[in-house]
Amino acid sequence: MQINRLASGGRVNHAKPLNFSFNGKRYQGLEGDTLASALLANGVNVVGRSFKYGRPRGIVGHGAEEPNAIVQLGSGAQTIPNLRATQVELYEGLEARSVSGWPSVDYDLMSVMGVFKRMLPPGFYYKTFMRPQKLWMTYEHFIRKAAGLGSAPVEADVDSYDRLNQHCDVLVVGAGPAGLVAAREAARSGARVIIADEQSEFGGSLLGASSHVDQQPAADWLAQIVQELNEFANVQRLPRSTVFGYYDHNFLAIVERRTDHLGISAESGTRQRLHRVRARQVVLATGAIERPLVFAHNDVPGVMLASSVATYVNRYAVLPGNKLLLFTSNDDAYQTAINWHKAGREVVAVVDSRMAPGGDLNQIMADLNIQLYCGHGVIEVVGKKRVKAAVIAPLSVDGSSIIGQTLRLDCDLVACSGGWSPVIHLSSHTGTRPQWSDQVVGFVPGESVQQERSAGAARGTYGLTRCLEEGAAAGAKAALAAGFGDGVVEFTAPGADEASQEPQQPLFLVPHSKPTSRAPSQFVDFQLDVTAAGIELAAREGYESVEHVKRYTALGFGTDQGKLGNINGLAILSKALGQTIAETGTTIFRPSYTPTTFGAIAGRDVQSLFDPERYTSMHRWHEQQGAHWEDVGQWKRPWYFPKPGESMHEAVNRECLAVRNSVGMLDASTLGKIDIQGSDAAEFLNRVYTNGYLKLAAGKCRYGLMLKEDGMVFDDGVTACLAENHYLMFTTTGGAAGVLSWLELWHQTEWPELNVFFTSATDHWATATITGPNARKVLEKVCDDIDLSADAFKFMDWRDGTVADVAARVFRISFTGELTFEVNVPAHHGRHVWEKLYEAGQEFDITPYGTETMHVLRAEKGFIIVGQDTDGSMTPQDLNMGWVVGKNKDFSFIGHRGLNREDCQREDRKQLVGLKTLDPKTVLPEGAQIVVDPSQPLPMAMQGHVTSSYYSAHLGHSIALAVVKGGHKRIGETIHCPLADGRSVPAEIVSSVFYDPQGDRQNV
Amino acid sequence: MEKYSLFKLFNHARTYNENWQRAWRSPVPKSDYDVVIVGGGGHGLATAYYLAKVHGITNVAVVEKGYLGGGNTARNTTIIRSNYLWDEAAQLYELSLKLWEGLSQELNFNVMFSQRGVLNLGHTLQDMRDIQRRVNANRLNGIDGVVLSTAEVQARVPLMNCSPNARYPILGASWQPRGGTARHDAVAWGYARGADALGVDLIQQTEVTGIRRHNGAVVGVETANGFIGARKVACVTAGNSGVMAAMAGLRLPIESRPLQALVSEPLKPCLDTVVMSNAVHGYISQSDKGDLVVGAGVDSYNGYGQRGSFNVIEHTLQAICELFPSFSRVRMNRHWGGIVDTCPDACPIISKTPVEGLFFNCGWGTGGFKATPGSGYVFADTVANDRPHPLAEAFNIDRFYSGALIDEHGAAGVAH
Amino acid sequence: MLQIYCPYCKQTREEEEFSYAGEAHIKRPSDPQAASDKEWGDYLFFRKNPRGIHHEMWQHSAGCRRYFNVIRNTVTYEVLESYPMGTSPSEQPAHAATISTAGELQ
Repeated sequence: MQINRLASGGRVNHAKPLNFSFNGKRYQGLEGDTLASALLANGVNVVGRSFKYGRPRGIVGHGAEEPNAIVQLGSGAQTIPNLRATQVELYEGLEARSVSGWPSVDYDLMSVMGVFKRMLPPGFYYKTFMRPQKLWMTYEHFIRKAAGLGSAPVEADVDSYDRLNQHCDVLVVGAGPAGLVAAREAARSGARVIIADEQSEFGGSLLGASSHVDQQPAADWLAQIVQELNEFANVQRLPRSTVFGYYDHNFLAIVERRTDHLGISAESGTRQRLHRVRARQVVLATGAIERPLVFAHNDVPGVMLASSVATYVNRYAVLPGNKLLLFTSNDDAYQTAINWHKAGREVVAVVDSRMAPGGDLNQIMADLNIQLYCGHGVIEVVGKKRVKAAVIAPLSVDGSSIIGQTLRLDCDLVACSGGWSPVIHLSSHTGTRPQWSDQVVGFVPGESVQQERSAGAARGTYGLTRCLEEGAAAGAKAALAAGFGDGVVEFTAPGADEASQEPQQPLFLVPHSKPTSRAPSQFVDFQLDVTAAGIELAAREGYESVEHVKRYTALGFGTDQGKLGNINGLAILSKALGQTIAETGTTIFRPSYTPTTFGAIAGRDVQSLFDPERYTSMHRWHEQQGAHWEDVGQWKRPWYFPKPGESMHEAVNRECLAVRNSVGMLDASTLGKIDIQGSDAAEFLNRVYTNGYLKLAAGKCRYGLMLKEDGMVFDDGVTACLAENHYLMFTTTGGAAGVLSWLELWHQTEWPELNVFFTSATDHWATATITGPNARKVLEKVCDDIDLSADAFKFMDWRDGTVADVAARVFRISFTGELTFEVNVPAHHGRHVWEKLYEAGQEFDITPYGTETMHVLRAEKGFIIVGQDTDGSMTPQDLNMGWVVGKNKDFSFIGHRGLNREDCQREDRKQLVGLKTLDPKTVLPEGAQIVVDPSQPLPMAMQGHVTSSYYSAHLGHSIALAVVKGGHKRIGETIHCPLADGRSVPAEIVSSVFYDPQGDRQNV
Repeated sequence: MEKYSLFKLFNHARTYNENWQRAWRSPVPKSDYDVVIVGGGGHGLATAYYLAKVHGITNVAVVEKGYLGGGNTARNTTIIRSNYLWDEAAQLYELSLKLWEGLSQELNFNVMFSQRGVLNLGHTLQDMRDIQRRVNANRLNGIDGVVLSTAEVQARVPLMNCSPNARYPILGASWQPRGGTARHDAVAWGYARGADALGVDLIQQTEVTGIRRHNGAVVGVETANGFIGARKVACVTAGNSGVMAAMAGLRLPIESRPLQALVSEPLKPCLDTVVMSNAVHGYISQSDKGDLVVGAGVDSYNGYGQRGSFNVIEHTLQAICELFPSFSRVRMNRHWGGIVDTCPDACPIISKTPVEGLFFNCGWGTGGFKATPGSGYVFADTVANDRPHPLAEAFNIDRFYSGALIDEHGAAGVAH
Repeated sequence: MLQIYCPYCKQTREEEEFSYAGEAHIKRPSDPQAASDKEWGDYLFFRKNPRGIHHEMWQHSAGCRRYFNVIRNTVTYEVLESYPMGTSPSEQPAHAATISTAGELQ
């Protein structure tokens, strides 16, 4: 039984009841209802409890402004916290519950806080809970428990979200009367138009209106213009779509809710879609939101916005009460009383703060014999969980004081209207400052700084005819500015049955017989329990800037972002400071206009699509061999290849020994490869590397270090001369993209006169590294057109040839210190050649190995890994790699000058050395810090740290690389590494080359 | 100064809260001060407070173009920690953390310093090496910190995706238990109230338009409301340091960029600690009000608009949804940008300048809020004694010529 | 979210296609070895960082990969002009009076 539902009328489907539950109780609503209208239809008064004082709260509004009716929808993985009941479309089986109140919204233990209200003024928490510091975490525990609205889901989101990049000529925000005609006018010019509106259907204020347009009911006129828009092929209509942010260069973000209205378990596709729109022109027809009036106990359920009451009656056929009292400072709200009366329920009285209101509506009311109290205000409402009566009193002309006896009027619904606040949020996002208008009694958009214009109520224009005129003009002008039409509006606004209106009265805080500080709470921001007294107190304490007041009292910090309370709050503050609202100014609106789902903004770029995964052409083979993976940049590289039952340690030892004793193979495809060509290529290389490249002959390779201009190493690798004026540069796996941009930057901005070209070839080649004493024997079996003999094919040479019937480049470079051939073939042959090499190696027990073994082998040789043994603060000299620095190059290569700076010349710089633990079995943890005396008090004087550390199965002891202050001159010294577990590990500083210091093994 | 306490709240409740004193005066500027501090953010107010409190210099004015604490103090994500890599930075931030630990009592203003700990996640083997290095260095510097395993991370943050199948699985984390968050506005207000009580003039809504010099030495500042004389001028104007420096004919190694942040709607407690991830670019905590406070990246280009590029927000929320798959259904309430002065080494400049009597404290990048007390403390000492405080020595401007940079990019928390 | 004109592709494209590459028109000292530490430090680290008109470099990294110069207002984010490397802007935009130097300059 929907006790407050009219038998017919509205835009709801009376033939289609829907079952839902709220706080565990089952109810029925109708198709076309919002959760809010359905709750009101069922006479549900209390929908939540207030944040600070636990006061019972009811539904106040009917849209984005609603501060109280915040609900948690559904349960489990698909639950949604903090939705406004006024924006939740009802569907069969909907389950919702309040987010506040314990044990229930009807009986909330927190309401006991209301008793201590006076002890909890704004900012009370800054003034207490200070001692002892330790107890703060306990106080805070309870504060946190009491705060917060709904609950985040605990299961991973099962829904998907996507996004669409769009361009349009004219984006119209808001499909109320002004927006609809603006869209139609722009569409007529041929411009591509998008019109978006947050509601389920277009129409805006007309959806809840009882007025006539063009001599027909508003609903009929609306249906007709919507139909017209449907027929334009150049118009994209986006209902249920909130334009939530306006960014630079006319970029706007729209979130479209695609399935939320179908039910929580809708599996009909993408839940929400982000439209990323670049619009040539924007028309902001975002309307206005009615302002409540601030009086004592104005938060009791049953106090609502006048326009919301009218909307519930006209759109939803719901009468949210029995006995209405209307309190207004303008004519517009009279319509609510008229609607209420016509719906057949009692209008107790209309209370108007103005002394002598007139106008057409006033006359209609008089004709209906509605009792009118002029020059009066509601100063207090009686009731706890529902309005029982209103106390009214005569007010002074300016509305600032009470001038006579109070009168108590019984009623159960107080509709109030303090005028309208234009929705200027999006225009504020662009950076323009809102302007206060005394005429509008509200802030209107500042001068446009983007390609946008506001129309209708959004810029303080009220009255349907004027809104339509303005909307049409804005649409035509926007189209013209976007290059369409002639800007002339052919449309004449249809006559709307508009009543003549008297000026409204600026009324914000309604006086009480007691001073504000002593009066019962007069709420300004319902969601955060900010009262008029609180704002005055903030001002009294010196929090005078509007931002200070906002932050001190929390005014406007709620999920409604102060859509109802801000202006009233500013007005009260201004009065307290004795200045005008214009002088006080306003806080800045930030995106999002209404809260926007994280998932919708993230889109598809989550989970496996969070970042692309890059695979080499041998990836599946590695997978089949049971490789464990390491993430290196975006690449998946085999980390090690454990045999069944093998630990990582065992696998790595086996892999290392295989390379040292026979032969191993590594997939080195991920190394960056840059093809460099041009008659000045050698000169260019000479400038970007520390060493010389002018004399590098075709067929030869050279290892180089790349520095930033400050002299710090940032990449290393081998470059091969493929032919005259043609080079192939290898970079680190992670550094490839950065190095390419670096080369391009220098070429294009500093040395454009050099004739040189760069092409990334990383993905074009697959690389199989065959390394170990038997490497030559393996390669010989699948390559017969290269003379692989030591004399013909020397270390640091490369040759063209055929490997496993595939054209290949073979490089004799080595990162293991063993005889090594790096076989490069076009990527799509990678797996084939890899498998052939593996096959050929079987008689030598060829062993595939991963990055971990690669690290051990290179560390045995003292070869650095940029990014592991360096950190952006290491010079070549620090790395004991002065041999890579060309001392006599003509050109001052990048980083050369940086090396000469005072700090780079210090003798006690951290320098790369080796460490040998005194106990050969102990492996130092990487990242261990080094000290001379481990028993010194904290803070200890740190000498450096361990950069790389492994157990070397081949050498039979642990090895480590470290950077140590002045380390090159401290060989032989014993240092200590104090570890987190309390141990301190002694180690001797040794040469960073542990194995084959002469390099004999790679030269065979 | 009226002392705040529970007792006072009770007393004032009896008189309807009508008799609370002002937290600070609104003075008419004097013609002349010993020190003028330009910038009434947390750092500037802290500097004023310690000048008066520690050095007895009370003839001080803080000149602020807007309202107190209205710059990055009001726009940051309130994270506090001291687990920086290099000795110089770690010791400065540790001084700050120690001051935080007694700040509410010191100021008689609850700054709600909440030591709920800070996790820095590692997603790659190199991340874990860096974490080990940093935690070991912290420990030997006397700063708390441990390395946690994936399972220990999961136990602390149940909603986080610690699956090995994540795109960048969490391999472990560093954990600083003494780290946490504080109420950002309260810090500015607490220092303002404390400084005011000691005699410092807080002059709001007054923009400094020039720095007047005579014979190479500072003599005062020009403001929109007239000249104010000063023997020393200390600039603490994050986001505008370059503009201030230009007034004195100086250049700084600083670029100003928007750092973005966002908050969700308030939620019941669901995240008990601060979580930071360099590799997936996001950091997140939950405020006492229940909002998830999310730090995003710094825009790649210079800008003074207190807003930023939407794609930065998108990337950040992708990272948050990746780390916390259930937060995908949570909604963003607001996002904004603050202008941070980024230095080439992600470390601040606390320095005298070639202009006698002119001091700069700037370049805090993304790390300024947590440093507020320590920054004010060492800067006050530097200004008072006309020589760098020992902990500020390394942060001189000469390091950009000598090369003695302190590269803290790894610890800065966001990609620059 | 900016839109930037690439003077090589002759197209206005989304910010996401581009990478910022720092202040424009910084000349590397022609003989670095002869530069003083001061000169070298200035070249390496010290930037104009204006509040207002800024000359900066961008790379069309997801496009033609060319670097070019852009004049952009760092307050309004308005992009005033894009022009190729090695060229000058068509006209010098009036440097917005963003820095007041009321102080006595010596």
